[in-house]
Amino acid sequence: MALLEVKDLVTEFHTEDGVAKALDNVSFTLERGKVLGIVGESGSGKSVTAFSLMNLVDKPGKIAGGEILFNGDDLRLASAKRWSELRGDRIAMVFQDPMMSLNPVMRVGAQLGETVAIHNKLPKAEVERRVFEALKRVGIPAPLERMRAYPHELSGGMRQRVAIANAIINKPDLIIADEPTTALDVTIQAQILYEMKHLARQTGTALIWITHDISVVKDLADDLCVMYAGRIIERGAVADVIRDPQHPYTRGLIDSLPHAENHGKRLYSIPGATPPLLSLPPGCSFAPRCTRARSTCNATPPVFKLESREHRCFFPLG
Amino acid sequence: MHLLLRRYFKSRIGTVAAVLLVLLIIVAIAAPLIAPQDPYDLATVSIMEAEHAPGTTSSDNKITYLLGTDGAGRDMLSAILYGLRISLGIGVTSALVALVIGTCIGLISAYFGGKVDALLMRIVDVQLSVPTILVALVLLAVLGQGVDKTLMALVLVQWAIFARNVRGSALVERSKEYIEAAVGQGLPARRIMFRHVLPNCMAPLIVTTTNQMANAITLEATMSFLGIGLPQTKPSLGLLISNGFDYMLSNQYWISVFPGIALVLLVVSVSLVGDQLRIVLNPKLDA
Repeated sequence: MALLEVKDLVTEFHTEDGVAKALDNVSFTLERGKVLGIVGESGSGKSVTAFSLMNLVDKPGKIAGGEILFNGDDLRLASAKRWSELRGDRIAMVFQDPMMSLNPVMRVGAQLGETVAIHNKLPKAEVERRVFEALKRVGIPAPLERMRAYPHELSGGMRQRVAIANAIINKPDLIIADEPTTALDVTIQAQILYEMKHLARQTGTALIWITHDISVVKDLADDLCVMYAGRIIERGAVADVIRDPQHPYTRGLIDSLPHAENHGKRLYSIPGATPPLLSLPPGCSFAPRCTRARSTCNATPPVFKLESREHRCFFPLG
Repeated sequence: MHLLLRRYFKSRIGTVAAVLLVLLIIVAIAAPLIAPQDPYDLATVSIMEAEHAPGTTSSDNKITYLLGTDGAGRDMLSAILYGLRISLGIGVTSALVALVIGTCIGLISAYFGGKVDALLMRIVDVQLSVPTILVALVLLAVLGQGVDKTLMALVLVQWAIFARNVRGSALVERSKEYIEAAVGQGLPARRIMFRHVLPNCMAPLIVTTTNQMANAITLEATMSFLGIGLPQTKPSLGLLISNGFDYMLSNQYWISVFPGIALVLLVVSVSLVGDQLRIVLNPKLDA
């Protein structure tokens, strides 16, 4: 049984101007200890996926349909009590902005200790030991001193490590990381990516890594989902998707990456922009920007399955 | 913390107000020790000593009435010291009780939102739309006099201000990512409200609390002056002013004026401390 199985998940935002379908029949599976990358542009539904999985979608948004099977349980039926048991213990999340995701008036050690103590009845010394261990595992030097520090006394990279330590501290089955390295500079990003991969492998934790940068997940993830306007338009093993993309949008994303041999030349960009969710084109939402689009694309493309890969395009590449 | 203190004492007005306030608090607490006379002890108060001007010595040469005596022969200085104690006590207590109630309601309102928020905030609106003095007057007219009843009335007119204030700051904090992260850690709502949201709302709350203390002291004085607040047996500054009011026309100004000055000093120092705290605690005003 897969650790996480998402089936036809639909999340809608009921705004005054109409209903925005932020997630449109999103489906994927994730095995224990594997890393799933989700890539897409701003507004493609990556973060909404993360928040839906954590049941943290705020009003006016709501999960309108589908199933989230976690260890076989449908999380959509879970009670508030069950959720507070799961969150932070079995499923943890790392947020985008480390400047914002820590409580500014609580010492780092107290914040991490809270996550431990709320889920386990342990003596204080044991809680502190676990906090110490977690900080050490994410590569924070002098963890004992850092435990007494307030978040503003730490650099951005340190804070994100603290946030990651907070996620791994209870050895969850699943960590959802929502663009955790976007706010950091490249060298720190590389360190954190390396450490996360290492940690996931060590503890057997599955990881969902959300990013807009396909090069970030290239070496990190096992599987890759490419999202566009609320739909997963291509899914498969990372190497397959990058070597031989089937959806024209994925192709466009890969082509817009900078390469050393094109130094100084203008980067490729996909013409047009992501359509607003409130006025999506009928059928394939990428069709207006797509060079291969024909009248068939006015119908919603179904999921085409091909062995372990799937995509949503009537006229796939390659 | 040290930084905040240093910034606080940079202002001369703030320093003077803080020193004055501390002095008044010490004097109020130590009233039974430093007052020349126990103004409640009828055995020591003699009608023969009534209406002495400031500086007069008592007929038995035991005490000098520095601020004169009132119509019953009480030493005004002693009466003011005891009155200060009562005014300060009632002002601070009522503001703190209102703070606790208002904070809980404001936090619940901001955290749960929706219908709970709408209901609680409409109650707050109603409460705030009626003039405070009117509410207090009606309530005391119904309940009758007494320290407990005055406290109750003061709390009732103040909690809504705290509730709205806390809700405002809590809403801002609520939308920040670290609260989302706290929910994502699986922390229960109560813990998030009190350990994560509340500590981040402290700065505006401290300012409101000091300002409300000043307000409560004034309001209590007003009610006592009107004769509906505290009973004669517990004369606060407002009641002392009221008692001396009748003697104003016969040139015995001291019975009213000295308690009045004490009241002004108290309220002004509390207000100034509150204003200075607002400047220190609000980084945006730090130009």
